[in-house]
Amino acid sequence: MAFTNELALRCDGLHRYLGQDDARVHVLKGVSFAARRGEVYAIVGPSGCGKSTLLYLLGLLDRPDGGEIEINGQLMSTSDDAARTAARCEHIGFVFQFHFLMLEFSALDNVMMPMRKLGRLSQQEMVERAHSLLSSVGLGDKTHRLGTQLSGGEQQRVAVARALANQPSIILADEPTGNLDVKNSGLVFDLLTRLAKENGQAVILVTHNPEIAARCDFTRPMRDGLFA
Amino acid sequence: MLMSLSCTVLGVGLFVLTQATTSGFEEFFIKTILGTDGAMRVEDKIQDTLRQMTAGGGSDFQISQRQGLKYIEGVEEPKLIINALKDFSNVSGAAPVLRGSVLVRADFKNESAQAFGISLEDHLKVSDLGRQIVQGDVATFREQPAGALMGRVLADRLQLSTGSTFILEAQGQRLRYTVSAIYETGVADIDKMRVYIHLSEARSLLKKPSGVSFVQVNLFEKDRAPQNALQMQEVLKHSAKPWQEREKSWLSTFRALRISSAITVSVFTLIAGLAMFNTLAMIVLEKTKDIAILRSMGYERRDITQIFLWQAGIVLTIGAVLGCIVGALSTLGVSYMPLPISGIFKTETFVVSWNAWHYVEAITTAALMVMIASVIPARRAARLEPGDIVRGTAQ
Repeated sequence: MAFTNELALRCDGLHRYLGQDDARVHVLKGVSFAARRGEVYAIVGPSGCGKSTLLYLLGLLDRPDGGEIEINGQLMSTSDDAARTAARCEHIGFVFQFHFLMLEFSALDNVMMPMRKLGRLSQQEMVERAHSLLSSVGLGDKTHRLGTQLSGGEQQRVAVARALANQPSIILADEPTGNLDVKNSGLVFDLLTRLAKENGQAVILVTHNPEIAARCDFTRPMRDGLFA
Repeated sequence: MLMSLSCTVLGVGLFVLTQATTSGFEEFFIKTILGTDGAMRVEDKIQDTLRQMTAGGGSDFQISQRQGLKYIEGVEEPKLIINALKDFSNVSGAAPVLRGSVLVRADFKNESAQAFGISLEDHLKVSDLGRQIVQGDVATFREQPAGALMGRVLADRLQLSTGSTFILEAQGQRLRYTVSAIYETGVADIDKMRVYIHLSEARSLLKKPSGVSFVQVNLFEKDRAPQNALQMQEVLKHSAKPWQEREKSWLSTFRALRISSAITVSVFTLIAGLAMFNTLAMIVLEKTKDIAILRSMGYERRDITQIFLWQAGIVLTIGAVLGCIVGALSTLGVSYMPLPISGIFKTETFVVSWNAWHYVEAITTAALMVMIASVIPARRAARLEPGDIVRGTAQ
């Protein structure tokens, strides 16, 4: 792929405090990290070490108290809400531990939601792309099922398809297999990494699962708010 | 959401219904009084009270002082006034009326009344008298020089019917008349007091060989009466009283009723607004996860606000449409309800007014209430930080 090995994401000296007053905790203590396209990164570590907090900062869902974040070479840590929102739409795809689908909508609608916001494709093109993505995650025959009519594994696969909808350069996954059985875990991980590599996307996932972490290109263990 | 929808439907429907009925009665009252006393009366002559003092000896020094207006009762030259009135483009007709107090003597009993001497053909152009006849006909009155048109209440009290004779006594003389027809305006004060006779007869009876009490005027555009009255007063030097001023107290009463009922039924739309606020606030709490997901996909704060406002808008639209249908159907139903009223007008059923503005006002009121109530939770939803929500849910 043309994008392979390009730097998709970089952060430097990230600090983040959570809580207030006496309950204020220094969660991230100057974390630096970089991710290239076509590579899969696993961030591992015990609960409370700051993995998810780092992921949300990298995904521009949260603001750091110190440090820099660059997405595709553009400094985002100090940008305003509109720019961060636009960057999320165009460059970042999320997969969460719980699928977070909109259950009142069909699988097709869920996958089309990011595309609708980006607005680059026509309605017909969006439908075709959503069909294609759902087929690639093995749900081509269940595109019109509501979220409630899908199993846990299927829901997570729809979430993967949704994360890939706008062809983002970065996929952030917060324990994407944490809520699935072994079979579905393997299936979802394989899907995520295969599709990301095919499309030249950087995948950063937070996991507790050592087997999943071992299959990633890079593993970055965290402890007490810093990479070990 | 159902509660909000129900209250919107009820609020819009009741708003339309109450406005239709109160406006209906008001419009019917106006139609009755315009059909009886016309849109305007030109009556007492205005006496010029401008006093001037000029210095003698060829000096230009002059003092002018205008004191309070003084009036000379009645119209001395009705023909001149009527001719002058014809120059006003909004005037559709003008008729002289000579009025005087009389005693009506019948076989059974006597009653005090007011004799209205009219020029029939002119009067029919400025009133609905022809359509107010309930017994006999106008043609008989036209043919009978000593004929009279008597109000229904007065005729009932005196036990008179068409063809009966009675005596009118005024200014020390008594003249006998025949009841040519009986009219009913529905206005009790008129139906029990007025006896219409020919103008020439009234001149003899009231010993008034010239002049009239007033000139009754009808207008093409009734709402322009106050402006026309001012112009006429200026040009004709006679007081001109528009119907809005003449019936001020009743019109104020109707207006107060209409506003009062609008305020009362607006409570329903207020409840609809509160229900909407409550519902949307609950939805914001329930859908924080979805809001976070949408924000993570790149949906902007304004997109989130719009989603909630759209929900409110959909409920409002459905509620307004259903409310208008309910309002229209209930207005139609009420218009058939028997409700015998007489006194200020006469009707046997509810009088309703079909006016598109009632629907516009109802929808506007509901829209204001519901949308104001929706903005707060919608903005609250937009302010949610996706990171906080996802972190709270995921951990």
